Amino acid sequence: MAVDILKEKYRGKVGEVVLGATKDDGGTRSHTITVGGETALPFLHFEGEIPNRPVVALEVWDMVPEWNPCLEQHYGDVYNDPGAWAKKCVEEYGADLIQVRLKGADPDLNDHSPEDCAATVKKVLEAVSVPVMVIGCGKSEKDNTIYNPIAEAAAGENLVMGVAELENYKAVTSACMANNHVVIAQSPIDINICKQLNILIAEMSPAMSSRIIIDPTVAALGYGIEYSYSIMERARNGALQGDKMLAMPMYGNAGFESWRQKEANISEEEQPGWGEQEERGILWEATTAMAYLQSGIDILVMRHPEALKVIKGNIDELMKDNSY
Amino acid sequence: MGLTGLEIYKHLPKTNCKECGSPTCLAFAMALASGKASLEDCPYVSDEAKEALDSAAAPPIKLVTVGTGDHVVELGEETEIFRHDKRFFHPPGVAVLISDKEDVADKVEKFDDLEFDRVGMHYVTDMVAVKCDSGDADKFKEAVETVASKTQKAMILMCEDPGVMEGALEAVADRKPLVCAATGDNYEKMTELAKGKGCPMVVKGNDINDLAELVEKVVGLGHKELVIDSGARETTQVMADLTQFRRLAVRKKFRSFGYPAFAITTKEDPKEEVVQAGVYVSKYADVVALKACEKQQLLPLLSWRQNLYTDPQKPIAVEAGLYDVGEPGDDAPVYVTTNFSLTYFIVEGEVESSRIPSRILSVDTGGVSVLTAYADNKFSAETIAEAIKKTGLEDKVNHKKLVLPGHVAVLKGTLEEESGWEVMVGPREASGISKYAKDNFAGGVK
Repeated sequence: MAVDILKEKYRGKVGEVVLGATKDDGGTRSHTITVGGETALPFLHFEGEIPNRPVVALEVWDMVPEWNPCLEQHYGDVYNDPGAWAKKCVEEYGADLIQVRLKGADPDLNDHSPEDCAATVKKVLEAVSVPVMVIGCGKSEKDNTIYNPIAEAAAGENLVMGVAELENYKAVTSACMANNHVVIAQSPIDINICKQLNILIAEMSPAMSSRIIIDPTVAALGYGIEYSYSIMERARNGALQGDKMLAMPMYGNAGFESWRQKEANISEEEQPGWGEQEERGILWEATTAMAYLQSGIDILVMRHPEALKVIKGNIDELMKDNSY
Repeated sequence: MGLTGLEIYKHLPKTNCKECGSPTCLAFAMALASGKASLEDCPYVSDEAKEALDSAAAPPIKLVTVGTGDHVVELGEETEIFRHDKRFFHPPGVAVLISDKEDVADKVEKFDDLEFDRVGMHYVTDMVAVKCDSGDADKFKEAVETVASKTQKAMILMCEDPGVMEGALEAVADRKPLVCAATGDNYEKMTELAKGKGCPMVVKGNDINDLAELVEKVVGLGHKELVIDSGARETTQVMADLTQFRRLAVRKKFRSFGYPAFAITTKEDPKEEVVQAGVYVSKYADVVALKACEKQQLLPLLSWRQNLYTDPQKPIAVEAGLYDVGEPGDDAPVYVTTNFSLTYFIVEGEVESSRIPSRILSVDTGGVSVLTAYADNKFSAETIAEAIKKTGLEDKVNHKKLVLPGHVAVLKGTLEEESGWEVMVGPREASGISKYAKDNFAGGVK
């Protein structure tokens, strides 16, 4: 008996966004990465196109991070050198791209100047040939001073820069507009704000509407992941049903969020009921990332090299054709 | 359920005899559709019509139970494709796989201990699958008996040879195990065994089409306590098949797929296996079997299951009250927040990372966040002052200072009046707590 396979017909399509630029387009990357373009729900190859595989980034900081000690054996030797750090992520661990988090710009931490920040980004761009994403320290007043110098220093590279928020989107958006970079639009697990922010950015410059990456804010496993999961499912459904202001590729910091949680960090001595710490941390991160792949994420930013490896393997599996 | 009056009317005798108490058959059909009458009231309804109406009224996915007593696992009876449309109801059984060729006693003991306490909840790895890899009936039976003697949890018996299954099933039939599996080659014998013992059974096809056919055959033999498996084992195909099961059952009421679904991992590396199992938990599996058996491997998977199956319309609350973070002395700071679990746990995490032992006063806001509760008057000077009294906070600290979330700084004046405590305005976001604590409380509350 042949089963009548149920395929959805969608009107919409997630827009494609190109990250990075090669020499031909004024950059210095060895290749570009295209994300988005889906015409079906995640990995349902039987009913539409998933033309670009989700990509996985690792994160490089501009200061020595206070990460779990288990990460020191992987990154300890490069914590002081963003260039070497980025190189290791790409060459040894297989990151598709690099996200520079300029945590050191935080006035309460190292208070790096805008020039320092631009220099760090330049260093990373010289060390690796993959596309690069750059985000600030999270304090908007300071971040607004660093976007322009970075965008100018890396003009032509087609960076991904962030983050733009509803209350503070103009500085980073205009830096991206003027220098042809892609902007990350972040909303706090709220689909209406997500949409509104995309509209505001598109109003600033219609050309930017095809240069937006949505960060719907990804919570960690155990700490609200189901909220983000459902927001992403709704956003992707909206995109496929033709809502242009939700039809952008999605992005999330799975590593950053997971490694903030007790479940990833607490030692087995302190919490014997939860088992061995490093593997638990890796799986806390990988499970978080797995869930977001299932709800439609296009760019994952990870932390532990093992979690990256496992999740890349999962993407390989899910990208195999399953048409009937 | 789900049928309109007109659809029901088609199956009635259309004689308008009035014996049911309604003036016409159509009026009776309308009453049935709105749940105000019972089909039993019609003396002339045919058996065929009864069956057609019963099956149309049945839930799109049947509820199947495995195990006995306190350890029953309920599978299926799902009604949604997306959890945001309503919710998912019955979390999938997570089964640890034990081969009859490994040290069964050792692994089942380890399995039985795979229970976890986190954020005020208790997670249980609720099923154990015993697999016949030896091909030896005695050996399989012995393994199954060993497992049964060491855990009360729901069992799955995995063996496709009815001759080998028989003895093992006989030994533990009173535990109502899930028989796994009936295939195109063995279904007659296997169905007879499972049905005879009143045990649920997995029906496994060669692919999705073959499965639909096989389910019909098994149902024809009179067994309906079924769990379905397309036989696919590649992650991408399993996910696609599970999606088709759910869509066709819910949207098309396709009967052959109106049963809970079974999935089993193939990855050898436990980390890859957990992620593979996670995909199946996400996408509609009702039982997921895997080999991984370490605490650090199951905790993430069970956490994801728990998260996914919460009711999206119901805010999750922690019990309101006073919580210790670390071992706070009487000069420890006190933070006030709501009892929305997400807010509470984020605050708790940040307070913990400040490494200054503290107390958190969680105010009953009906499980909503700071700003929502404030707007609703549930997080107000009155409710906070009341929580201070109720928890006896005054007797637990040697100071009268509270840290209030920065978002509701406006409450400072009224709260000070209402409670007699000094209110310190804390950061707006929890992420600022750590620094705030270091700046203000490095040497205790002064």
